[in-house]
Amino acid sequence: MRNLLAFFLKHQFFSLFILLEITSVMMLMNSFSYQRMLGFNAASDISGEIYNVYNGMTDYFNLKKQNRQLLNENARLRNTLLTNYLPADSNYPEKKDSAFRYIPAIVIRNTVNHVSNFIVLNKGKRQGIQKEMGVLSDKGIAGIIIGVSENYSVAMSLLNIHTHISARIKKDDQLVNVIWSEKHRRRGQVVDIPAHIQLSEGDTIITSGNSFIFPAGMNIGVVHDFEKSKNHSLNKAGLQFCTDFNSLHYVYIIKSLDKKEKMKLLEETGDE
Amino acid sequence: MNNIYVKNIVRFVLLILFQVLVLDTVQFGGYVIPYVYLLFILLLPFDTNKSLLLLLAFFTGLSIDFFENTMGLHAAAVVFIAFARPGVIKFYFPTLEYTKGEEPGLSKLGVTGFLKYAFTLILLHQILLTFLEVFNFHDFIETLSHIFINALASTLGVLVVAMLFTSQKRRKRRKR
Repeated sequence: MRNLLAFFLKHQFFSLFILLEITSVMMLMNSFSYQRMLGFNAASDISGEIYNVYNGMTDYFNLKKQNRQLLNENARLRNTLLTNYLPADSNYPEKKDSAFRYIPAIVIRNTVNHVSNFIVLNKGKRQGIQKEMGVLSDKGIAGIIIGVSENYSVAMSLLNIHTHISARIKKDDQLVNVIWSEKHRRRGQVVDIPAHIQLSEGDTIITSGNSFIFPAGMNIGVVHDFEKSKNHSLNKAGLQFCTDFNSLHYVYIIKSLDKKEKMKLLEETGDE
Repeated sequence: MNNIYVKNIVRFVLLILFQVLVLDTVQFGGYVIPYVYLLFILLLPFDTNKSLLLLLAFFTGLSIDFFENTMGLHAAAVVFIAFARPGVIKFYFPTLEYTKGEEPGLSKLGVTGFLKYAFTLILLHQILLTFLEVFNFHDFIETLSHIFINALASTLGVLVVAMLFTSQKRRKRRKR
């Protein structure tokens, strides 16, 4: 024992190096999967406060752009007003008015160059934000909340190695999955496309609504390139996200009001 | 004596904030992120205790990780270059003599010497970072070019900031 201790003291530099490296790599293990990231809870009030102050200083430079984005979005929403207020279906009188609530939030930090990109938002637990809520930009979905602190929350951007979203091809309702493209880091990939489906450039990919995080039918992106492979039964396609991650200034956090009920139902049926 | 501590603490805070607020979020084209915060480790005095060097590196890496939500990633990479630093200095400048508390900065090593020293360590950091982050080697040439370009960008950033630090010092000296 004493010899061992003497050995470590003698090679203090090297032992400390190994110890610190092992510690770091063990910590790193926590971010290897989406589930582990959720467990870890990335948000903190300290970093949130720092981003908030900095964002307050630099926000003025983007006001013009933000105004234009808001204006465009208002115009688009006005166009959909009529369809929004179609008479309710009288066959289902017990259906709730809406299953989703949109909470506006300001982006106080956003990265796009990393392998794991995150969006920090200025709403947290106190404003009713929870993990696994969807994040929506003016043009399409942008990410999923993975950590909340009292006043801030952190969302995993779609530009993230762990992104895996259940999606649908708009034109023929086929179920597919969307992941991040490691090669073109600003783009995504549509995977698990059945062999008989022929996609063409510009086809829209929307959310499927299967995950309870996003409502069905929200824009994810448009197909950028599609090549049929000869030996695989499931094809892949490049995807250009609808959301412009370079100018993400405000977003909506989507709160699914009947998620608990649905999850409970699923669990109960799963048990039997 | 006190001066060294204050200077390094101020430098640490400024570099970390500059890194996480500005460099991480600004787009330089491509996927380039210059890691200028490494300058803190590069500029620690020659006679810093080796174990202290490792601990400081670990803390620096963790601070960056805390802001980037990549717990452990930068810590592992920075600890590695802190481990390599004494060896690299010995390798490039075997006969160098230094006084107590002197830093391996631009004025001591010269521009070429400093660039050699900085680029070697930054490249090591970038290699480790990339392989820990991505874990696959299928696009080997692309990964290598990414490592190289990013290391060059970091070195350039480090040089510019190091020059700012030194020019300030010279101005102060002139005033005296």
